[in-house]
Amino acid sequence: MAEILLKPKGSIGIMVEAEVIRPDLFAGKKKEEIEGLFLWQGPKTLPLAEFFDVDIGRAGQTDEGKPEETSIIIEGDVSRVKRIGQGMKAGRIEIQGSAGMHLGEEMTGGSIIVRGDAGSWTGMEMRGGQIHIKGNGADHIGSAYRGSWRGMTGGEILIDGNARSQLGGGLVGGRIIVAGNVENFCGIRQSGGLILVRGSAVRGMGAEMNGGTIAICGSIKQPSPGFVEVGREENVKLGEIQLDGWYTKFAGDFALGKNPKGTLYCREG
Amino acid sequence: MAATTNTMIIRNGYVFDPLNGIDGDVTDIFIKEGTIVSDLSGAYERDAIVIDAAGKTVMPGGVDSHSHVAGAKVNAGRLMRPEDHYKSARIKTDITHSGSGYTVPSVYKQGYDYAAMGYTTVFEAAMPPLEARHTHEEMRSTPILDMGAYMVMGNNWFIMRYLKEGDLEKAAAYVAWMMRAHKAYGIKCVNPAGVENWGWAKNVHGLDEPNIHFEITPREIIRGLAEVNEMLGLPMSLHLHANNLGHPGNWELARDSLMITSGLDAKNRSDLEWAQTRESARRKQTVYLAHAQFNAYGGSSWRDFCSGAPDLAKYINQVDDVVIDSGSVPFGPATTMTGDGPAQHDLYMLTGQKWSNCDVEMECGSGVLSLVYMKSSPVHSVQWAIGLEVMLLVDDPWKTIMTTDHPNGGIFTSYPQLITWLMSKKARDDTAKECHKWAYDKSSLGGVDREMSLYEIAVVTRANPARTIGMAYRKGHLGLGADGDVTVYDINPEKLDLNDTPALRAKLARPDYTIKDGGVVARKGEILAVPEGRRFYCRPYVDEGLEKEMHADLKEWFKYYTVGYANYPVPDKYLTNPVAIPVNSPQETIALVRR
Repeated sequence: MAEILLKPKGSIGIMVEAEVIRPDLFAGKKKEEIEGLFLWQGPKTLPLAEFFDVDIGRAGQTDEGKPEETSIIIEGDVSRVKRIGQGMKAGRIEIQGSAGMHLGEEMTGGSIIVRGDAGSWTGMEMRGGQIHIKGNGADHIGSAYRGSWRGMTGGEILIDGNARSQLGGGLVGGRIIVAGNVENFCGIRQSGGLILVRGSAVRGMGAEMNGGTIAICGSIKQPSPGFVEVGREENVKLGEIQLDGWYTKFAGDFALGKNPKGTLYCREG
Repeated sequence: MAATTNTMIIRNGYVFDPLNGIDGDVTDIFIKEGTIVSDLSGAYERDAIVIDAAGKTVMPGGVDSHSHVAGAKVNAGRLMRPEDHYKSARIKTDITHSGSGYTVPSVYKQGYDYAAMGYTTVFEAAMPPLEARHTHEEMRSTPILDMGAYMVMGNNWFIMRYLKEGDLEKAAAYVAWMMRAHKAYGIKCVNPAGVENWGWAKNVHGLDEPNIHFEITPREIIRGLAEVNEMLGLPMSLHLHANNLGHPGNWELARDSLMITSGLDAKNRSDLEWAQTRESARRKQTVYLAHAQFNAYGGSSWRDFCSGAPDLAKYINQVDDVVIDSGSVPFGPATTMTGDGPAQHDLYMLTGQKWSNCDVEMECGSGVLSLVYMKSSPVHSVQWAIGLEVMLLVDDPWKTIMTTDHPNGGIFTSYPQLITWLMSKKARDDTAKECHKWAYDKSSLGGVDREMSLYEIAVVTRANPARTIGMAYRKGHLGLGADGDVTVYDINPEKLDLNDTPALRAKLARPDYTIKDGGVVARKGEILAVPEGRRFYCRPYVDEGLEKEMHADLKEWFKYYTVGYANYPVPDKYLTNPVAIPVNSPQETIALVRR
């Protein structure tokens, strides 16, 4: 397993776009090659070494060039660095602080763990792999790009804290599990996949959804009007996840069409 | 050096110039200060840029006679589709702007993309009069291309009123004034009588069904506008977007619509100096049907949907006064946009996609919708087949024009793909295998062996679009006096391998040289120069007394508009390099317009 350490060099002014920080791009590269990869800052392109100290361990070169055996560890806060792990196919990224926007966007494999918070658009349109956010997530986590109705199609996003609005917008496949609360329009335009919220939601839950499943263990402050109660279930099973207690089952969103196929479970009491 | 700008010799290419009957002859092309000449001598010869085209294909610059590239609905398509722009960005260079957009690119990107593909002339297919300013603003910002726009007239209140009253002369006076006021090039007629009904959530479904309030039928509007067109003697014939577009079983209505103008004489009364051609460069048609694919459907519902193209083609093969453009479907993302509001609503009900709709006061309407044509879809697969059938089943290539009705059937950057399908049966068979089986089961395409030659491709992408819209006085050929617009493809016709379609497609997509007015604008897809194009429009003349009478009516009804009469016309400053084509001038005033 090759480990590459990136240590941020102090604070960043204009946000940096760093889609080159990817295990599959780092694999097999020498220290100098990694330092020379270009990042965007505003209208400029600058080498990675401008923002990070790179430590590649004893070998001086990442072994074999196998992405799946390459691990990138970012020691510090990169909340002003966007697009880390964008499009990654394999390997592992660990961010010991917080991450900026578009983290792991469109990734197809591998894993990302964030010990702090993650910015908006994390896991946007992702197709596979796993993102684990130990802190809170911002807006549009695991959603579709603006204007698109096809969001995340596979993989998994785990959030230990809370998430803000538009979580899983346009979700087609895969699953998102939030231990805390969400705000508005969670699962808007969802057509497949699973969103599980252990906490509560504010409003717009599942608006215009036409497929897939949302389950909420807390309460919804303002439920969407287009959902119709279709029954009650005890100990709901969602794949290998079992929810304890009684849940009311809704179908929706009837605001979208006559025969919507979305399912919303809401814990009773 | 100033004396020899835009002077060029293109040596030893295989030249395909259908309007001059040149079919792959190895010859030299000479361009002097932007115009084709027979030879160069002296300083011109000495200082000319020489391009060695040995072993390569040389054609006139591409002409797109029907594309949606400028105006309010195009911009609506851009605004409602951020996801269309996100993943297709173009980085700026020292001479080009940045840009974005896949199915509806920004104006800059459109200009560069067309030029990179060998096209130098593009006409906007639908300009609502009230949106003329917007259309001209976008055309003004489009680099490189020579452009013009057709004005939407088929549901115009004044036209419907005059035609109902049988007052053709006033209708002609109105059209003439409108073309001058809005700097329009031709007359477009979109779902005549139907779009007006859309204001009441209705449509018309037959040629003899009168609409609400005006009580005029599509047949009366088509015939009336075509007569006005020939009375004025516009360079282009009536451009028709037929009724019932996009509905199963609409081919018969399309055929019947094409019959309406038969018997009219095609008269081009523009006062212009014509470049030399061996074949006649004047249009023969009295109706030019837009995007035939969308109007060549058989069956009675989407369940028994099938191609109606063989039947429509049979009629077109019998007559000489019709030209169609194909509106082919190359699969992939599209943004449908048309002045046919009700048709777009039907498509919205069918697909549930993002939809926008607009009513343009007393003139017309429009709708925009995002769509993806999929090979797995039975209907889309048949649409793909129909889009090729309408090109291949019409025997005479001089009756067909290759388009995708960009961005309705697909995007213009798919033209190279479209050409390979027209040129190679194997390419069609290969694609059919990836499609839903309806592609061949519900059309006749599988049994069509025709493979277009490079000569025929030059007809349907250059010579015929130029001739059909009356631009062949300077475009679409390489005769003496024509514009020095040339495309040099790295294709050796002697060694053409129709089985290697990816290579053919790549060569068509990125010609070695795109030459505009004798200057290289693109080389292998890279933009090298960004000249400003011309904007063509017609300036028809009618009797002044008649025009005065018409103006009295105009002012009376202008109270229904939200704009003031004085603010209605488009000022000249909206056009770069305007070329006004005088039409129907009284004999004594004719002075041939020199460029």
